[in-house]
Amino acid sequence: MSASHITKKLAGLLGLLLAPSVALAEYKLNLEPGVTAIGSDIYDLHQLVMWICTIAGILVFAVMIYSIMYHRKSKGAVAAQFHESATVEVIWTVIPLIVLVAIAVPATTTLLDIEDSSKSDVTIQVTGWQWKWQYNYRDENLSFFSNLSQDSNEARQLGADPSLKEKANHYLLDVDKPIVVPVNKKVRLLITANDVLHAWWVPALAVKRDAIPGYINESHFTATEIGTYRGQCAELCGKDHGFMPIVVKVVAQDEYNAWIKGEKAAIAAAAGDSNKTFTKAELMAKGETVYKASCAACHGAEGQGGGPFPALKGSPIATTGSIEDHLKLIIAGKGIMPPFGPQLSDADVAAVTTYERNAWGNNTGDVVQPTAAKAAR
Amino acid sequence: MSDAPTGIKRWLFTTNHKDIGTMYLWFAFIMLFIGGAMAMVIRAELFQPGMQVVNPNFFNMMTTLHGLIMVFGAIMPAMVGFANWQVPLMIGAPDMALPRMNNWSFWILPFAGIMLLAPMFMGGDFMAGQGPAFGWTFYEPLSGQYDKLAFFIFAVHLLGFSSIMGSINIIATILNMRAPGMTLMKMPLFVWTWLITAFLLIAVMPVLAGAVTMMLTDKYFGTSFFDAAGGGDPVLFQHVFWFFGHPEVYIMILPAFGIVSQIIPTFARKPLFGYASMVYATAAIAFLSFIVWAHHMFTVGMPAAGELYFMYATVMIAVPTAVKVFNWTATMWKGSMTFEVPMLWAIAFVFLFTIGGFTGLMLGVVPVDFQYHDTYFVVAHFHYVLVTGALFGIIAGVYYWMPKWTGNMFDIRLSKIHFWVSTISVNILFFPQHFLGLAGMPRRIPDYALQFAEFNQISSIGAFIFGGTQLLFLYIIIKCIKGGDKVSDEVWEDAKGLEWEMPSPAPYHTHVTPPTVK
Repeated sequence: MSASHITKKLAGLLGLLLAPSVALAEYKLNLEPGVTAIGSDIYDLHQLVMWICTIAGILVFAVMIYSIMYHRKSKGAVAAQFHESATVEVIWTVIPLIVLVAIAVPATTTLLDIEDSSKSDVTIQVTGWQWKWQYNYRDENLSFFSNLSQDSNEARQLGADPSLKEKANHYLLDVDKPIVVPVNKKVRLLITANDVLHAWWVPALAVKRDAIPGYINESHFTATEIGTYRGQCAELCGKDHGFMPIVVKVVAQDEYNAWIKGEKAAIAAAAGDSNKTFTKAELMAKGETVYKASCAACHGAEGQGGGPFPALKGSPIATTGSIEDHLKLIIAGKGIMPPFGPQLSDADVAAVTTYERNAWGNNTGDVVQPTAAKAAR
Repeated sequence: MSDAPTGIKRWLFTTNHKDIGTMYLWFAFIMLFIGGAMAMVIRAELFQPGMQVVNPNFFNMMTTLHGLIMVFGAIMPAMVGFANWQVPLMIGAPDMALPRMNNWSFWILPFAGIMLLAPMFMGGDFMAGQGPAFGWTFYEPLSGQYDKLAFFIFAVHLLGFSSIMGSINIIATILNMRAPGMTLMKMPLFVWTWLITAFLLIAVMPVLAGAVTMMLTDKYFGTSFFDAAGGGDPVLFQHVFWFFGHPEVYIMILPAFGIVSQIIPTFARKPLFGYASMVYATAAIAFLSFIVWAHHMFTVGMPAAGELYFMYATVMIAVPTAVKVFNWTATMWKGSMTFEVPMLWAIAFVFLFTIGGFTGLMLGVVPVDFQYHDTYFVVAHFHYVLVTGALFGIIAGVYYWMPKWTGNMFDIRLSKIHFWVSTISVNILFFPQHFLGLAGMPRRIPDYALQFAEFNQISSIGAFIFGGTQLLFLYIIIKCIKGGDKVSDEVWEDAKGLEWEMPSPAPYHTHVTPPTVK
């Protein structure tokens, strides 16, 4: 972001006036049509309205500028005293009306396409949580959470090393587990929220829909190009609103089928973990990962807390309190802390409990096994 | 004046419309600097990607309080200040109709402001401040998570009392206290816009009070108006809020339309073109403002029929708004224009407000709004209408009437510097935000992906210049109050209207015997 970089951008802006297509390709100044038919309709509509506004603006501004140049007292202009004209006033009321109709017609057709979610091939339930997304493939009985990726999460901490951002893969627009959908298939989204409002937005897929507790909003997209598309939460949802990105991988049907199969196998494998006994080192390592993904946003990377969020370092719950209370708090939540029971496996809950009771000098020596987490549910 | 209290008591107990107008304007100015300082924090954090200055919660607190303070603390009180000073002068009334209530409606404001800001200082550590951090629109259920909600709710209630009392006063004054011969259709346009604005305020402030009262009982008395888990409806909140909120944006802009409609004819030396159509357009905009609220919530999942209705109704607003812009242009056409400082601001207003109006039309088209909604495109849009619209109107009004208020001409050289630097920097500040929004940057985020870095940096540089320049405005005002070239009664060559027929500075009591309007 050097000064020369900025000059380049400003030059690009000037270039936009001269050679729009070139400038648009090089600098992201405008909407993108994206990879769906609807996205392309929206883009066309955007271009239409923008050009209507631009031309209307140029006309009005030209009249004003002409007037400012020539109808000035210093040039000896004498003020005319006319102050109304029914004809003129009717004309300039009717012309905007006609222009509005010209905009409303294509807008209406596009809108009706957008609102038609019927005949879908894949249905995914999307649930917004503070501050992550949960995806549930309804037909496959497959559900998982998608968090900000770990490298972005470290780089976005207050006072973090600035070079981390450059190193992070797609800083702030990358997740630990993207959703995967087949290309050229109509994907229906059932969008809701668990706690507060969120909004699921991927610009290239031209979907933005609010996620609202108690509501299920429908939306859909049919991606026509294989690729990875990124978006963000678009409705203020609290502290980490800026840190719950969305990543959608559009793949060929075979690859999609293989992915579904692999995910199901992984779930079956993890189910066995609930009855397994882990060593303390295993639990601590797993616990640290879970803590960073799910807990550190509020309780701090070192368990130090912050603002309304209590410290865990040295806190009675994570030291002298009973293990069972600690487990129950994590599983059921309390006040503004959401319940983590639905998002974490028994092994995850056990690991993070072990971690919190032993990290940052809490040193209780407690080891919590998945069976205890299962019992606390 | 010999028996009138002096010192602090003069200001505490005053029932004089000029004193109260002055207090409103100073209150608004102080709030402008507080809200502006918050904007500087926001732009400093967004200067580069990554978190450098504040934590995310503090950032959200800044955006929230910046919005609330600018809307309720700066723009609205400034407009009421103008109404207090100018409405009696312009209609030939000796004072406001209800002078004691006038005093009360002002003195509520500082307490409301303190109550709104106080939780910011309740975190122990300043960066752990407990101020509201849920956006100026305070959507449920997020706002329900805030544990000092009562401060916010009572602050809003107090602001509402103040606005309702102020509006009643303005309506009573305009309808009852016009000088003989001052028929409604002879009133200056500023008076007309305020009359219509006051009716809007009376209509919607109680709706806002209802919304926050439901929040209060949800939070503290176990009701579930907005809580889905209790059978309530979070979307209901948005409908109630925007039923207030949309007319609210016209409450902020209509008086600015009025100010500009006073200034342009003066310096074009030509009567306002289409006076009657200006009045009807203002009334039409006010009426439409009640039936378009859900265009703020297109992504909420309304049925297609609802979205179509709100789209058609919304884009209709472009018609009366265009009429206004055409009328201002036609007023300048074949005039004999000079470009004194108030005229410069008024012309900048017409240009830049029009840009905000165009993006407003774009946002009204539902399918494309799905891409624009809650991005920096929206931020750019409403700052064009509120900063280069409402605020520029206010600044134009200050330069236009300040010589009449103080009897002194302001420093013209400095005020031209103020104009040019502000107008250039405000565009550096807000124009790139259109690109950011179209490229996909959501609003209300404290940190962003690397591809948004350059335009954010440009925008921040514009913000620092624009913010800093307003300190010059403060200096110009203080200098003008303290002294300067004495102005004539007319102040501006051939200025028309009752306010220009009285001495400069305007005496403490004016229109003691009503003038007669031909």
